[in-house]
Amino acid sequence: MIQITINNKKIETEKDKTILEIARENNIYIPTLCFHSDLTAHASCRLCLVSIKGINNPQTACSTIVENGMEIETENPEIAKLRKTNLELLFAQHKEECSDCVLLYNCQFLKLAKELNANISRFSDRKKDFPAIEFGPSVVFDSSKCIDCRNCVEVCQNQAVGYLEVGGKDSFYQITPSPTKSCIYCGQCIAHCPVGAFEAKSEFEQIEEPLNNKNKILVFQFAPSIRSSIGEEFEMPHGTIVTEQLVGAIKQLGADYVFDVSVGADFTTFEEAKEIVEKFKSNKPSLLMSSCCPSWVRFVEKYYPEFIPNIATAKPPHIILGGLIKTYWASCEKISPKKIFVVSVMPCVAKKYEIVRKEMLFKYNGTSYAPVDYVLTTRELAYLLKKRGIDLAKAKPQKADNPFGDPSGSGVIYGASGGVMESAIRTALKILGAYSAPSAVKSIRGQEGIKVSQVEINGKILNVAAVNGTGNAKIILEQLRKNPGLYQCVEVMACPGGCIGGGGQPLPNDKTIRTKRAQALYDIDEQKKVRTAFDNPDLQKVYKEFLKNEKIIKQICHTKYSL
Amino acid sequence: MIIEQLKQSGLLGRSGSNFPVWKKWEAVKNISADKKFVICNASEGEPEVFKDAFILENYLPEVIDGVKIALQEIGASTAYIYLNKNFYLKYKNKLLQLIENSPIELFEKPSGYLAGEETAILSTIEGRRVEPRIKPPFPTEKGLWGKPTLINNVETFYWVNKIAKGEYSHNRFYCISGDTPNPGVYELPETFTIKQTLERTTNYQLPATNYFYQIGGGAVGEILLDTELSQPIKGLASIIIFNKEKENPIDLMKNWVQFLMLQNCDQCAPCREGLYRINEILQQIKEKPTEEQLKTLSDIFDVLEKSSLCPFGHTAYLPFKTAIEKLT
Repeated sequence: MIQITINNKKIETEKDKTILEIARENNIYIPTLCFHSDLTAHASCRLCLVSIKGINNPQTACSTIVENGMEIETENPEIAKLRKTNLELLFAQHKEECSDCVLLYNCQFLKLAKELNANISRFSDRKKDFPAIEFGPSVVFDSSKCIDCRNCVEVCQNQAVGYLEVGGKDSFYQITPSPTKSCIYCGQCIAHCPVGAFEAKSEFEQIEEPLNNKNKILVFQFAPSIRSSIGEEFEMPHGTIVTEQLVGAIKQLGADYVFDVSVGADFTTFEEAKEIVEKFKSNKPSLLMSSCCPSWVRFVEKYYPEFIPNIATAKPPHIILGGLIKTYWASCEKISPKKIFVVSVMPCVAKKYEIVRKEMLFKYNGTSYAPVDYVLTTRELAYLLKKRGIDLAKAKPQKADNPFGDPSGSGVIYGASGGVMESAIRTALKILGAYSAPSAVKSIRGQEGIKVSQVEINGKILNVAAVNGTGNAKIILEQLRKNPGLYQCVEVMACPGGCIGGGGQPLPNDKTIRTKRAQALYDIDEQKKVRTAFDNPDLQKVYKEFLKNEKIIKQICHTKYSL
Repeated sequence: MIIEQLKQSGLLGRSGSNFPVWKKWEAVKNISADKKFVICNASEGEPEVFKDAFILENYLPEVIDGVKIALQEIGASTAYIYLNKNFYLKYKNKLLQLIENSPIELFEKPSGYLAGEETAILSTIEGRRVEPRIKPPFPTEKGLWGKPTLINNVETFYWVNKIAKGEYSHNRFYCISGDTPNPGVYELPETFTIKQTLERTTNYQLPATNYFYQIGGGAVGEILLDTELSQPIKGLASIIIFNKEKENPIDLMKNWVQFLMLQNCDQCAPCREGLYRINEILQQIKEKPTEEQLKTLSDIFDVLEKSSLCPFGHTAYLPFKTAIEKLT
């Protein structure tokens, strides 16, 4: 332990921490902009300046490690003036388009302007003619807003993608997409940009489009992780569970039906569990990898194509559910599938890309259908609600519609890293008659990047891993390249912490926030009577009445990825 | 032993840093690590400065001997001679002969001014992006590949050799250039004032009021008037002489800022955006800067000096601030 003072307050602390960390632990405010706790300190915005006794110039709190006896001051006229000028210089490269910004309601940049008394138009916008660059059907980079902090470059490298680069120097280096690499559409650049230079494709501009289908039956379905995150957009504490208010709010918006994608997750689980059961029966089980995360699937396709055959054929939950809505449910309700417009509310920008993949289509009675017609991210739905004057906090709680409104606990934990695997194993054990407690593989929960466990039945062991972040996935894939038998089942979610940390989720997010969002999902699971997908009566009913043969199961629930 | 000699000599880093050499050596020596490195910075890239070029041309064996002394003293595993392109081409063969079997490697610096900054050197040799790093940690503690690393300039290693031989004269090398009859590199006492240096080398021109001087390098050196020459040079020993009648200070500043904008790493806001705005304002100045322009410039100088990420930014304001104060 060492002792320092901040603003004359004595603080005992451990070594190897930064001034910023210690200040935050002690509720001492230091303004920051480019700092993100997921990343290394770039110290580029130069706003978190503090004075240290005995050191001439102010230092950046985000990057300075404390030393015993340090006397730190976080506010004085000199620092205030430097912070103000630096902020004005940052604003000089950022084109303000506040009305059309992902950070509209939560802009740290603008808050700082007020706080530091900065004149945000002191200088002309250096980047006013800089272009907006689209990354496929998912992400847009508006380079006229970029403040060159390079957080996006680091997060993209951490994802083992490296699509975003610091481009060649003209008189400035600029963030540019690599001409040789492929974006996996995870949207972590959106989640780590301090100034809203990244957003989902068509974020804001087209979000009302789904509501314009007046002559169609409008069906909304919401992903598992939304229920514990969207509340943040309405000033609720992190991890607040809003499942029923969400249904009420979406109904108020004009949806005819609202279903829960967690029920779709139960179907995905059941299909994957059948594959895992086969592994227990096999003497030389091959590798099975999860398929719910479109960025992960794309990562494999673009960077590790030799593993494509190992990706599970089970379709992602909202795709299966979309398929069931347009077939089973449509026929129950005597509605033509063509009259149904399905909107998925997703924590994810890559889902915008997933729904246009041909692999997701299904054939029914000779016609080909897209299971899902539109994707709104969590942020987009929140914005749409706000735009229509609907306050989620005041929305009338309602249960999601039958028959896809009541998931098992397994279906809900799908939104957190480890949840897909845990769900599949619960059901696999159930099928094999070896299920005892829902927490059979608890060790694969949590925010760690790579979590491993062993599942044993009758002396037979499966090695499983749950991974979040494609950078961590790369580590596992490299291991598997060398030692193919290392794991039999691998779950990967591309975003940190899984879908609860997705690129379409409310901003900001960090490890603490992700932990709370995930915990809320596990809390729901705890409360559920039905904890395995296999036991979901609605699912059993659908298999009994509709998914009766391999052919129809294959159409609705499975796909195949190829080179 | 040598560290004690360095301490006695009072030798300061000759890159212009002015840091006591013995302190760096001691820091690297005392830290325990499985590997340590020595880097001789021969990247001289400051415009109008060519004293290291002179030393390499005339005293190559002495410099390499200084590096060998460092290797031995601090127990380093490898030394790198970090050479700019010209030096590399010119001295490669000679250096390889002098190095013989010592663990000394030559490293050719990529183009760019900033690649000569000490933490940028580390990134460059490691094969990373050429840009400065946040200090601390200092290279003495975590340098090349995270190992303690001693970085000194060519001239510093030259004087280490002299000190080891007991031949240190408390001289340094002065580089004189610009509008002057006898430009060149001169070895003179470090205590000499600028005026003495100019007089001794017959570069002091009259009437003195006709001239102004840039001290410390052709990009980030400070502007002095003839009335300010009775002081020794503290940083980089470079004197550039300008004739007031021939130079337009605004044009001069535009050249400097454009050079700096092109050469900086664009990491931190004050340097990336500040230099851009200095240029913008310089383009707008008609004859004299307005009050508002002066206020803005002063704010930018302030953030550059006090809140930049690396030494480049910390000094980049200096030529502009002093030129505007004294010449406009």
